[in-house]
Amino acid sequence: MDADDVRRAIWRMAHEVIERNHGLESVVLVGLQTGGVGLAEALAGALGEIDGTIPPVGTLDVVMFRDDIGIRPVLPEEVTDIPVDLDGAIVVLVDDVLFTGRTIRAALDALNAYGRPRAVQLAVMVDRGHRELPIRPDYVGKNLPTRRDEMVNVSPQGVDLGEVVKS
Amino acid sequence: MNHLLSIADLSRTDIEQVHKLTDTFAEVSKRSIPKVPALRGKNVVWLFYEDSTRTRLSFEQAAKRLSADTMTFSVGSSSVKKGESLRDTVLTIEAMGVDALVVRHASAGVPWQIATWLEGRVSIVNAGDGWHEHPTQALLDSYTIREERGSLDGMHIGIIGDVKHSRVARSDVLAYTTLGAEVTLVAPPTLLPPSLAGWPVRVTHDLDEVLPTLDVAYLLRMQQERMTEHLVPSLREYTARYGLTRRRVDALQDDALVMHPGPMNRGVEISAEVADLPRSVIIDQVRNGVATRMAVLYLLLGQGVAKVFGSDDITVPELQEVAG
Repeated sequence: MDADDVRRAIWRMAHEVIERNHGLESVVLVGLQTGGVGLAEALAGALGEIDGTIPPVGTLDVVMFRDDIGIRPVLPEEVTDIPVDLDGAIVVLVDDVLFTGRTIRAALDALNAYGRPRAVQLAVMVDRGHRELPIRPDYVGKNLPTRRDEMVNVSPQGVDLGEVVKS
Repeated sequence: MNHLLSIADLSRTDIEQVHKLTDTFAEVSKRSIPKVPALRGKNVVWLFYEDSTRTRLSFEQAAKRLSADTMTFSVGSSSVKKGESLRDTVLTIEAMGVDALVVRHASAGVPWQIATWLEGRVSIVNAGDGWHEHPTQALLDSYTIREERGSLDGMHIGIIGDVKHSRVARSDVLAYTTLGAEVTLVAPPTLLPPSLAGWPVRVTHDLDEVLPTLDVAYLLRMQQERMTEHLVPSLREYTARYGLTRRRVDALQDDALVMHPGPMNRGVEISAEVADLPRSVIIDQVRNGVATRMAVLYLLLGQGVAKVFGSDDITVPELQEVAG
């Protein structure tokens, strides 16, 4: 995918979010630190252009809710910022890549600390497969079959597939 | 295994890492459910051989917000009264299964001694050893200054009062100077350590002289028991020369902060009125204490085998003679 493809995918996902929720009433976008944050902002921008209203955008760092704490070093990247009460909201979690699903599991737990959303939906730019948990995305930029050891890099300039460089 | 024994083991980067993580945990404390499952299944034991209310409660709150399990060992209600030695007590607690021991003891060096006995099987956190060190207090104090002023670089911090008997002063001096601040100790000669060799500080006996140059006036508790030791003539005389009174506050710069580790003796080292001024961040220190201790416990217990602080070798520091 190149930069135009990413832009078109965001545009399409924005239309899907509006269609599925019959507008943007009580929709809140929550970008996962750090890869989902820029994407959440881009999606909010597209929603604003289509619908005329820009939904609130928050960010969430899920590190404290991960299931591999103590197994490998995990440190929070950025401070979580949820600007609105999530009770009764429709939360659209936004991340760049969906892989094992463990980050999303942690995010679902983390959201509980901010209230009880009416619904939680998931938007990702790339679904690369290899799920280890029963989790599926609601909005997908691109389904990209990968090997487990490949790396996927998502940026506004496009999506790249690379090998893990072993040092 | 990771310990937090002394601020001297921490580099500037280490302290800044704790501060950054403290930002994260400060946000956790503001959530409607201020609790994360990060340390589920970890067991933290308080080993308090000396009285403490705020430090113990603060650590306890920190551990609970991280979902760790906690047990308290306090000397008053224990087999220590039956004559059990410190070493046997520690080994007994270890055998029950513990991931971190938070230790407070009236004798300097005890946390190092315990760390040596346990050979790295348990993380040790120094919560105050004698007149020696109180590292988490220094981390929360420097965090509070950073929160208010952005950075400690170039700040002039006055530590005022009973420096001699203060573990807070020792840890604070190390943390503040490591972070680029200048420190001046302000105390009568009887309340200063016998030797200040190696301390990166300036010393004065005249509070009024330094007040206008301070960015932070850090007051230490004037302990009543010092009176019986005849280190100061009277509390009134101490207050007259070293107390932060309303009149003295006016000599401070407009944005200078007033800090105190607690518990305060209002009317002695700080006047009742000054403690409640907006520039006094004493309550912020307490609030930041919980987030700081969450950061410390998370760094020590949440990182698997990764090394966080200092080196693997435990070197017991040379302790200065500070006989009464």
